[in-house]
Amino acid sequence: MDFGLSQDQVLLKDTIRRFLDAECPTTRVRSVMEGPTGHDPALWQGLVGLGVTGLAVPAEHGGAGLGLLDLALAAEELGYAATPGPFLANAIAAIAIAEGGSDAQRARWLPRLADGSAIGTFALGEADGAWDPAAVQAQVKGGRLSGKKALVPDGSTADVLVVVARDEKGPGLFLAERAAAGVTTGDYTGVDMTRRLSHVAFENTPVEAMPGGLPTAGRARDAALVLLAADAYGGCRRMLDMTTTYSKQREQFGQMIGAFQAVKHQVANLACELEPSLSLWWYAAHAFDAIRDQSERHAALAKAHMTDVYDRFARDTTELHGGIGFTWEYDLQLWFRRAIYDRSAFGDAAYHRECAAKLAGW
Amino acid sequence: MDLSFSAEYEELRREVQAFLAENWTAEDAAWEPAADERNALSGPIRTDPRATEFRRKAAERGYLYRHVPKRYGGGEQSPDPLAGTIIAEEFRRAKAPHEVIGQGPSMLVPTLIEHGTEEQKKKFIEGTILGSIKWCQGYSEPGSGSDLASLRTKGERDGDFWVINGQKIWTSDAQSADWMFCLVRTEPEAPKHDGISYILIDMKTPGLTVRPLRQMTGTADFNEVFLENVRVPYGNLVGDRGRGWIVSRSTLKHERALIGSASMSRRVFDGVAMLAQFTNVRGKPAIQDPVIRDRLVALEAKILAGEYHGYRQLTMSARGEEPGMAALVSKLYSTTLGYDVAKLAMDVMGDRGALAPGEPEAPGMGMLVSAYMWSLGVLIAGGTANIQRNIIAERGLGLPRDAAASAGKK
Repeated sequence: MDFGLSQDQVLLKDTIRRFLDAECPTTRVRSVMEGPTGHDPALWQGLVGLGVTGLAVPAEHGGAGLGLLDLALAAEELGYAATPGPFLANAIAAIAIAEGGSDAQRARWLPRLADGSAIGTFALGEADGAWDPAAVQAQVKGGRLSGKKALVPDGSTADVLVVVARDEKGPGLFLAERAAAGVTTGDYTGVDMTRRLSHVAFENTPVEAMPGGLPTAGRARDAALVLLAADAYGGCRRMLDMTTTYSKQREQFGQMIGAFQAVKHQVANLACELEPSLSLWWYAAHAFDAIRDQSERHAALAKAHMTDVYDRFARDTTELHGGIGFTWEYDLQLWFRRAIYDRSAFGDAAYHRECAAKLAGW
Repeated sequence: MDLSFSAEYEELRREVQAFLAENWTAEDAAWEPAADERNALSGPIRTDPRATEFRRKAAERGYLYRHVPKRYGGGEQSPDPLAGTIIAEEFRRAKAPHEVIGQGPSMLVPTLIEHGTEEQKKKFIEGTILGSIKWCQGYSEPGSGSDLASLRTKGERDGDFWVINGQKIWTSDAQSADWMFCLVRTEPEAPKHDGISYILIDMKTPGLTVRPLRQMTGTADFNEVFLENVRVPYGNLVGDRGRGWIVSRSTLKHERALIGSASMSRRVFDGVAMLAQFTNVRGKPAIQDPVIRDRLVALEAKILAGEYHGYRQLTMSARGEEPGMAALVSKLYSTTLGYDVAKLAMDVMGDRGALAPGEPEAPGMGMLVSAYMWSLGVLIAGGTANIQRNIIAERGLGLPRDAAASAGKK
């Protein structure tokens, strides 16, 4: 029995953190997010160089062959740094193709997703706010997909889309290339400017069915939920660090504000919420890799809980900063906005709690 | 990370089952606690000779008191929550006595292991874990609650004895305890934290009287203890003279772990989840009410986080890592959660929540109402929530110490 990280996992986190400290300061985050695509190919190549894009790609396809926990640790550090770009989108696509692709699909796409020569995403949600893979309406007939996908992560940047759609046999999973006929993508104006949300329309687009079908779609969704939870944890950590640092610098009424008990207690409440939540998403990630029968429910619980915590952090840390925290210029707003993204992405907290209730047989 | 029940654990489960089959019969298991032996905080504890004999054997096999060395009657095993879980599950299934709980085994024993003399360890540990020596804790005083180090109960040396005068309060189990581990001011000239000694007092000593203290719950689970010229052998001092504050820190740490344990909330939560399936609100089971469902799942996530947080702390301890913030938040987290769970229980009961513990029409004989009231008691006991927040902010996050509290420390 061991519920902790391995030395390799600690090293992985440290390596990513050091890279992002050096290469992804908030000045760069801001310039990327204010650009047209929200994607910085040079920064992405840096992450590729560290192996971040290939963490969960099997070794025979050029990746590290690690699990979701390793990927989630990367997500935590990327979340800490408010890293812009398609990490989440690409990671889910890689997991879906690795778990549910045909041999040919795996051989074609996985090496490219790992080495950065292609970017993937996962198109699940549709217009009516449904995030249940079994309930999608997008239709495949004779190998051609028609329909609309909503709130797709970085859909305009992706080269390949893993799409949940239904054909004559029911809901399943399909691969589409963005360059294929009949694909149109556009970005919404999202609150979080570091990760783009896209709408994608397909009209008679040629697609390939993925053998993993609906079960893989569910697994990909669960992976997304855990990665969002890890991102949220990283963001909370950053907001807490910024707030404790600030409260030791800022003086009012002749003393640092961190000496006021009102401030101390509000910060302590946050730390008390955050510390145990780490173990919930660790467990969810581990369950995804090793305890399959608990995976779906834990992914839902971790996502709902962690994004609730992130919401509270976003509000309380901003409040604790006072006026400066409410400005555009001060960096806290980057995580405030990422908290909103994490909370809504792939279904909100209430939806996932309802899923968890059903899975418990309640 | 590895949480699998490997072959080794399945083997342990079979061993435990075989041990129970051999040492604990169905007849042994057919035992119900008398109503007056039920304790709101700790639940029934069976300490009859048959149970004691069984516990001794189970400890010898390493199934109970795994943190206590064998030479003092413990099981002496390295921390392993999975093994602990398997043993607890199998013992529960066989209705066999598990560890005696309470302040003696959970607080005094670890303190003696860390600071006691060989003679004290030999004299007290085995009897305490087997339940034949019962303990209470003499820390709080009427004038010393959160500011515990301001305590004034006085101990003066008189030859081979301490002569102790003062008053303790919030002393749970004092009416039934054999001994009290007590903080006493022995060095009146020293700064407040340096003038305290940790002394063991026999509750039968002349001059010591116990008066029950009735709480807002209606029951009297605490006491006041009055000490008037109580003469205690000098050798009952644990650790060095004047070092009692340091010695007591290790005890308090254990108390916070005890109060901070997620298992109490888990028990209440499982009760609420069950109740919600069988209690109707507005004509349908409470579990179908969207608000109740949402709150139930939100709380379950917090409870699981607390449980896995416990796994993480055990792993850290097994690896020899400093627990830091992980340990500092435990008490505040679980007592806050305990309130949330108990409040949900009240809402699931709806109008029946108004019925007092013991009222036959109250769901579960009012156990959940009792849990609701006690959730406030544990929030205060062992360092109030606000004291915990100070500790988290100061020791965990490095914010400045409270000016007034530092001034007292000198």
